[in-house]
Amino acid sequence: MFRKLHEPEAGALTIDIDGVPAMAEPGESVAAVLLRQAEPWSRLTPVSQSKRAPYCMMGVCFDCLADVDGIASVQTCLRPVCDGMRVARQIGKRTIGS
Amino acid sequence: MRADVVVIGAGVVGAAIAYGLATRNVRVLAIDGGDRDFRAANANFGLVWQQGKGLDMPAYQQLTRGSVELWPNFSAELADASAIDVHYDRSGGLSICLSEAEFETQRTTLLRLHNQLGGAEADWEMLDRSALVRLLPTVEFGPDVVGASYGPDDGQTNPLRLLSALHAGLLRRGGALRGGSTVHAVHSDGSGGFTIEFGSERVSAARVVIAAGLGSKALAAQVGLDIPIRPQRGQILVTERLAPFLPIPMQGLRQTREGTVMIGSTRDDPGFDNSTTVEAGAWLSARALRRVPALRDTMLVRQWAGLRVLTPDEYPIYAESQSHPGAFVAVCHSGVTLAAAHAALLAEAIAAGRLPPSLDAFHQRRFDVPQAA
Amino acid sequence: MSRLDLLIVGAGPAGMAAALAARRHGLEVMVIDDQPTPGGQIWRSVEQAARRDDILGPSYVEGRAVAEAFRASGVIYQPGAQLWQLEPGFRAFVSRNRQAQVIEAKAVILATGAQERPVPFPGWTLPGVLTVGAAQILLKNAGQIPAGPVWIAGSGPLPLLYAVQLLRAGGQVAGYLDTTPAGQWRAALRHLPRALCASGDLAKGLSWAAMLRRKAPVIRGVIEIEALGDGRIETLRYRTADRATATVEANTLLVHEGVVPNIHAALSLDCTVAWDPAQDCYAPIVDRWGESSQVDLFVAGDGAGIAGAKAAQLRGELATLRVAVKLGSTSEDAAAVAARPIRRKLDRELAVRPFLDALFRPRPQVFAPADKTIVCRCEEITAGEIRALASVGRPGPNQIKAATRAGMGPCQGRQCGYTVTRIVGAAQNRPPAEVGFFHIRPPLKPVTLGELAALHQPAAP
Repeated sequence: MFRKLHEPEAGALTIDIDGVPAMAEPGESVAAVLLRQAEPWSRLTPVSQSKRAPYCMMGVCFDCLADVDGIASVQTCLRPVCDGMRVARQIGKRTIGS
Repeated sequence: MRADVVVIGAGVVGAAIAYGLATRNVRVLAIDGGDRDFRAANANFGLVWQQGKGLDMPAYQQLTRGSVELWPNFSAELADASAIDVHYDRSGGLSICLSEAEFETQRTTLLRLHNQLGGAEADWEMLDRSALVRLLPTVEFGPDVVGASYGPDDGQTNPLRLLSALHAGLLRRGGALRGGSTVHAVHSDGSGGFTIEFGSERVSAARVVIAAGLGSKALAAQVGLDIPIRPQRGQILVTERLAPFLPIPMQGLRQTREGTVMIGSTRDDPGFDNSTTVEAGAWLSARALRRVPALRDTMLVRQWAGLRVLTPDEYPIYAESQSHPGAFVAVCHSGVTLAAAHAALLAEAIAAGRLPPSLDAFHQRRFDVPQAA
Repeated sequence: MSRLDLLIVGAGPAGMAAALAARRHGLEVMVIDDQPTPGGQIWRSVEQAARRDDILGPSYVEGRAVAEAFRASGVIYQPGAQLWQLEPGFRAFVSRNRQAQVIEAKAVILATGAQERPVPFPGWTLPGVLTVGAAQILLKNAGQIPAGPVWIAGSGPLPLLYAVQLLRAGGQVAGYLDTTPAGQWRAALRHLPRALCASGDLAKGLSWAAMLRRKAPVIRGVIEIEALGDGRIETLRYRTADRATATVEANTLLVHEGVVPNIHAALSLDCTVAWDPAQDCYAPIVDRWGESSQVDLFVAGDGAGIAGAKAAQLRGELATLRVAVKLGSTSEDAAAVAARPIRRKLDRELAVRPFLDALFRPRPQVFAPADKTIVCRCEEITAGEIRALASVGRPGPNQIKAATRAGMGPCQGRQCGYTVTRIVGAAQNRPPAEVGFFHIRPPLKPVTLGELAALHQPAAP
């Protein structure tokens, strides 16, 4: 859906999105990386399981929620990437303790 | 404008009475207040509950049990009338005990209530921790949980859906609802009826029911009833939606059908102040996590506060004015549990024009004499 | 931590300017911000985006020096911090690195900026539909643009600016659906003389429009849009005031209908707000220094009414001047003298606003979505459900919220609040100013039960 304007330079890092490695750069948000993937969405809603993707990128819509490093319901537009981060799209209602 | 009965207040108490009147073909108008009024009905936790209620007032235990008994039919009929499912589950209910001492206190309380009823077979039981785990095998209880009391007739509903359903049911059964209106005067019309003034309008009615929560005191005084009520703040938390994990509600912790977890509730007395405090939120969270520690990573979505409508002994007031016959007052907390009784017994009585002897104990004259020490 | 002189919420233009001024007055000041780096939305990622300077333009690059000065000023800066509750007095409850903390301060400046006005239309929740602001943030933060030709639908300076930036970056605009109501320029015209005196901004805007017209199809007078697709936008349907519906292929749609102040924090403290009919939003009532109806609580920048980044900086400085007087680090007289040139500049900045507000007033359809449109994105409540209830018994927005769950999700009504107010108003024939807004309750942003429980001290209720 989105593409980067430049090739990643030195310092590029890799994060894992649902088991698929994804290239990222320091300073960018997890949501930005999600929007470059072949499956550019972040969650299925807990109400009707409909697909949502980052929408506002400024922390006010909560459609970019995903599981980051084992913690559910993280606003990925506010979370900078770091190397080795594990991101899982959030599927419907989260389960207790996840 | 004319009505047989005007109900002042369309919170869960007034709306249940008005709905009950409408189902009895009484021409009823319910008058509801403004959007930002104190609305206990919007702050309710949603238990339909009899366990532990009515110590020192047998009539209240009877009333509560009677209402809980009516709830299955009441919610089914209300769903027919309103086309709204109020998410009622007679799932049973738990009161979790966090120490042996709490467990013993709870057992003693329920025993005393049971004895107060006299003769009936026990419809509750005390569960030790292993029995509790057998009942709810999917819940990981905190180490402090020693057991619980369990009442199979207790249950839960969605209080906001209940209120919507009562409004819709009232309208569909031919009643009328006026919102955004503050009643400023109620007086006799000189021929046995009443005139109720709100905004720039007035309505005449043969009877009037004051069920305006904390606003009832000033209105009741206008028809010769002095009702001692005060606000008590209660704060509640609600989380994001979780996959179902808690099929049986606990006092202070339940999962709604939407999946959110409600955590309640505090009691304090700051007057007419429904702001929330972090202290209360922290206390509620800490208490919930002692019961179910795995909730620690769950997001709190909202904290709110409501003002309970309390009388000196915290039991309801149902009364008819002696100086203004035909003017009734109904104020209480636990308006959700009592909704079924309000829509049946109380509405029936008001339609008939007099309260039954079974409600005598709830007249506010009980506060006129000094309480025994 | 001891009680601070001043807590500033937000590290955008207003917050940074207020903090710099506070340091000049020797105040002990902390700035908290939910972003990882300073700059707010207008200067998002300005410290790292140097290679995109040509694309983003000089008014973006200006922010870098401000951020640098801010970093060097000695301010206590806590990025990645979400304010979830503010209590009078003041105690701010903040979540950072999944830990709750309490910050006490004598005065607070809310510099929480603006958010884009929610624009509900059928399909606006589909992946592939984003706001124009979101796309611009992606350009600033990650150097990324839509992979294919993008549709832009909306009104205002931002979509024009973004379209131009996108074209400069080598992106493609499939079509620009201008939703500015035809003839609105007439209403704007009377504000033009004052606007022209003010700045070169208007000329800039005209040049953007000219560039866009050369490079992309521009369709004017669009009144309705709809996104269709299975799991993401595939088709875009739009209708113009004078023509039939058109249906086009689309894989990205960006929308924008202006911005509105972030007022949740102010509302949670019961600051008095007033409806601004020119900007179609609520804004806190503040005095000439930015002090709200709550003593020692200030609102600076777009959070107090939309006026842009330069005005935000000036309003941040004014607020700090008043805080400095109240805390005894400068005199009333000195503050009055210092305020004079700031107010002069502020007047110049504000001069262009009435013209822009009148010209880019959102089309009425923004406030009256079709019944099938989802209004509350979190709880998935449609306009039809809200409308059906709004006409029975004259409920207000909070009763609608209780009855439908609209506004009960994690975004706390940030995406549906105004639409609920508008639908209620339309159904009951009441102006939005009278209808009111959701009662904003904490937490302002979600916080975990664990974080909250960690604040429990056994002596509590």
